[in-house]
Amino acid sequence: MASNAVIKLAELHKVYHTGEVDVHAVQGVSLEILPGEFVAIMGSSGSGKSTLMNMIGCLDRPSQGRYLLDGTDISTLDRNALADIRNQKIGFVFQGFNLLSRTSAVENVAMPTLYNHKRIHSSEQYERANRCLEIVGLAKRADHHPNQLSGGQQQRVAIARALVNQPSLLLADEPTGNLDTQTSIEIMGVFQKLNDEGITIVMVTHELDIARYTKRMVILRDGKIVTDEAVKDRLIATNELQQLRQAQQAVKLA
Amino acid sequence: MRIFATIKIALRALRRNKMRSLLTMLGIIIGVLSVILAVSLTGGATKQVEDQVSSLGESVITVFSGNFTQGGMRGGWGSAPTLTIDDAKAIQAEIPNVVGISPEVRDREQVLANGLNWNTQVMGESPDYPQIRNWPMATGSVFSDQDVRSLAKVAIIGKTVVDELFPNENPLGETIRIRNLPFKVVGVLAPKGFNLFGQDQDDIVVVPYTSHMHRITARTFANDILVEAANDKVIDKVQNDITDLLLARHKSKEQDFTVRNQVELMQAVTATSRAMGFLLAGVAAVSLVVGGIGIMNIMLVSVTERTREIGIRMAVGARAGDILVQFLIEAVTLSIIGGSIGIALGLTLALLVGHLRNMPTVIPVLWIAVAFISSGFIGIVSGFYPAWKASKLDPIDALRYE
Repeated sequence: MASNAVIKLAELHKVYHTGEVDVHAVQGVSLEILPGEFVAIMGSSGSGKSTLMNMIGCLDRPSQGRYLLDGTDISTLDRNALADIRNQKIGFVFQGFNLLSRTSAVENVAMPTLYNHKRIHSSEQYERANRCLEIVGLAKRADHHPNQLSGGQQQRVAIARALVNQPSLLLADEPTGNLDTQTSIEIMGVFQKLNDEGITIVMVTHELDIARYTKRMVILRDGKIVTDEAVKDRLIATNELQQLRQAQQAVKLA
Repeated sequence: MRIFATIKIALRALRRNKMRSLLTMLGIIIGVLSVILAVSLTGGATKQVEDQVSSLGESVITVFSGNFTQGGMRGGWGSAPTLTIDDAKAIQAEIPNVVGISPEVRDREQVLANGLNWNTQVMGESPDYPQIRNWPMATGSVFSDQDVRSLAKVAIIGKTVVDELFPNENPLGETIRIRNLPFKVVGVLAPKGFNLFGQDQDDIVVVPYTSHMHRITARTFANDILVEAANDKVIDKVQNDITDLLLARHKSKEQDFTVRNQVELMQAVTATSRAMGFLLAGVAAVSLVVGGIGIMNIMLVSVTERTREIGIRMAVGARAGDILVQFLIEAVTLSIIGGSIGIALGLTLALLVGHLRNMPTVIPVLWIAVAFISSGFIGIVSGFYPAWKASKLDPIDALRYE
């Protein structure tokens, strides 16, 4: 197998010891994701997709098996080393946005640079944060606080934050779960644009519509992979948005 | 992780809950305020006492004559006729490092002048008296050794006597009558105010001790002898020499006199202020501990409230140490701001009270430093547990926390 995989999971297991019953959330997942891929991990609730995502995101450690991220074996690292990897190599986007309230968009975006062990001058922190806001199309809202932004705008701020330390891997956990259809497509458009620029994206979702914007679909059931295939009829967000707008205008015209 | 960025985060977090931050700081503010206030005011009072003690003359030794005991009744110091003028002369002649000496004879007399009269303390002294008592002349000058030898009828008088007998008049060159004898006023002493025991020191008439003993009271002994040593380093030596000399001169088995110095009095005063200092330190410690508990309490609440924030920060790469430092700095910032406010308020109040009550206040530099450092220390101690608790959170649990 090619050794340049961004993510390489080998027989990954996760067991939670809760009370008397052991919950075997992930039961031997092997998966390889190459640079530039855009993968949707799908499954119903309880399928183990969130647990798998937490392990890929270095928030949690596998009970058994090996996880190589950029060739580094994660299972042997301590808490601080995991924190550094989350800071340097991974960008997170959450369902609930997870922005700091009463903190401006640009400060939210700049926050991960505070924990960067390469010292970044504060003027450069803000320069980078503003550049990332520009990428997601929110340059004009840099000084707004999260409660002054719409859900879609908040998610864009979260994406900008995920990009600020220039990671090679973007992880998104139900990024459109709290958004309406049009905003969801807009967010998927942002992801597609970033993917086109070379960033590897892994996204958890339970919506088939959303998964169709990715390039590859992995379906989990009971902690095991049941399907792993390329997306056949891939949707392109810009086209979809155009159609949606035309449809909306048609309604108004009618 | 940069310390300045962390301080900025901490300040922002504190600004968000202004009222809560203020109430949290209140414990520290009150503790530090009361310490600074108390120290400034008692420091001022102590300084006042010390000034008064030194105004008596810092290196002055007083030799009192012994107790007079008759038929089981014991008089006070200076009641027995054991100290003579010859004793005083011997001290001056034989003991080194004596720079001034004055045998004292005390009496209360009715003094007349100008058609007015006034009952006052009439002292017989040597010309060294103003120098020994560290007491300058306001006008005129002290009588001379020649005046002492010739039993001259001259006097120097205090401010109170001037006010009572010579209102709106220059007393210099005027005559006062003591037991119907005319004494010419040759000098006026500068006002000295009240002494430690509340006596008016300016209510005094000083005449040559010879004139006092032969013309006014017909006494043959001195109540006590004031001796001024060259400096306060030789004072103990001089004191011992006086004791030895007088024991030899009096040839008595029992010591029939008592020797005291101002340094002893000064030590008593400093001992009092030191005891006061310990008491204050105790009060300060208690109030700072209470303030610290308040900070710990609020920091624990804050950690719980901000669990999600901690989770977010950890998810984007904050190490446990970063979180620990963030909350620790928040606690220290709280306590140091509280301490600074306490210091500022305490000093302001002390100066205000001092101004209103016309009391001297001392700016307690040492205590300000102690208050500042200990409030920082309290912040570290009380902030550590909540900060440690925050840093031990699991990022996944923290992110899911509602």
